[in-house]
Amino acid sequence: MGLEIMDEVRRDYTYNLVRRGKREDGRDFQDYREIKVEKDIIKRAEGSARVKIGNTEVLVGVKLEPGEPFPDSPDKGVIITNAELVPLASPEFEPGPPNEDSVQLARVVDRGIRGSEAIDLSKLCIEEGEKVWIVFIDIHVLDNDGNLVDAAALGAIASLLDIHIPAERYGLSGKGEDMIPMQDKPVAVTMVDIGGEILVDPNYNEERAAVSGLTVISNTDGTLSGIQKYGREGLEEDKVSEMVDIGIEKADELRRKFL
Amino acid sequence: MKEEGIELIKDGKRLDGRGFDELRPIKIEVGVLKRADGSCYFELGDNKVIAAVYGPREMHPRHAQDAKMAVLKYRYNMAPFSVDERKRPGPDRRSVEISKVSREALEPVIIREFYPKTEIDVYVEILQSDAGTRTAGINAASIALADAGIPMKDLVSSVAVGKIDGEVVLDLNAVEDNYGEADMPIAMIARRNTITALQMDGRMTKDEFEKGLKLAMNACQQIYELQRTALIERYSEM
Repeated sequence: MGLEIMDEVRRDYTYNLVRRGKREDGRDFQDYREIKVEKDIIKRAEGSARVKIGNTEVLVGVKLEPGEPFPDSPDKGVIITNAELVPLASPEFEPGPPNEDSVQLARVVDRGIRGSEAIDLSKLCIEEGEKVWIVFIDIHVLDNDGNLVDAAALGAIASLLDIHIPAERYGLSGKGEDMIPMQDKPVAVTMVDIGGEILVDPNYNEERAAVSGLTVISNTDGTLSGIQKYGREGLEEDKVSEMVDIGIEKADELRRKFL
Repeated sequence: MKEEGIELIKDGKRLDGRGFDELRPIKIEVGVLKRADGSCYFELGDNKVIAAVYGPREMHPRHAQDAKMAVLKYRYNMAPFSVDERKRPGPDRRSVEISKVSREALEPVIIREFYPKTEIDVYVEILQSDAGTRTAGINAASIALADAGIPMKDLVSSVAVGKIDGEVVLDLNAVEDNYGEADMPIAMIARRNTITALQMDGRMTKDEFEKGLKLAMNACQQIYELQRTALIERYSEM
């Protein structure tokens, strides 16, 4: 609350820059910041990735454990995605139970992986109705300079590729697959609308200056596997269509480079 | 999603006899609760939803107040008996997300600047569920806000589209949602073709997305007319 005036100044600054066709870090509207994906950096996790997009930094770890299947899909593995916005990552994050932002972050990432059927869950069954592999995808945000969704989604899919199923640890050697069977590589692309312009990969200030945004998650064949709109203002229908096109195109670029 | 073995479309019709672009029957009652400042009961097929609005009223805690405008709060809540398998009471992750998305669906039309430092509470209770509860909730809430006399630029109308047996169809029911390939709830300001909420899960092509968007836009026009008529009827009674 106390920072209101500075918030306003910063928002106006970002907005006015965009109106003049510029971004504060000199990028074009459709450019990402520099992206770095580092895989397998946590020894204790079955899969992990640290993703940096500019100053934004997210660590994703995947763990597997045998557990009970859902009653309505007794022969399928389970995906559980969770996100923690730990207070270390931003002065705005507070300790405590998940708030709506962290819930949304986890659910959007989860939806992309689920919708694309990136993991072949039917091959993660150990004993029908009794035991299946549960894939825990945990998103740990380390530094929030905007666009956590794309960083988290990229980290999640990067972590999931080439995962050995830890069968021997649970006395299940020889049962089923050795690796998590992957079928697709969904990639999330987030955009915001500032003064009528579409900006890809908003940084923190741009997120604050924007009144609406959209995440588009798409697959290797260009199909969509998740969409989420954000913000307190609406988006014109043709703008949404344009964003979906940009999303699919940018996702393809990221997939080729980093996955 | 994607269970095999159920045919959702037979001879060009859906299991409940609807065409691809057909809404389920809608029933609206305005001002159904005595204590609330505004309220609305909304049925969409077998969905039964009730929305209440309280406020603008003093906001607590005070540090959460906005000096420039009212804060909109939205609580989507499912009654434990509203679904086949009893839902544990209280908020879960799904309802936290739906509440956020629904609040953002309505914010663009509410003139919040008129009531600084206050809060406007929207409570949506799902009494019976048959897929599409969040859209029914947004429709009900939009009417309840108007009924409460909250200054609004327009009404928000909402519907879901989805993909079943390879076809893009309007307003999925629970069976279609469970066995379908994709689901996309949308809210919009129907008169301006402005989208205020959009989510998609499952898998569809860009063309199918565009087709779904068109279906939803048409349906939202129809829903808007029904919402408007319901409000007119309510105020011609008084």
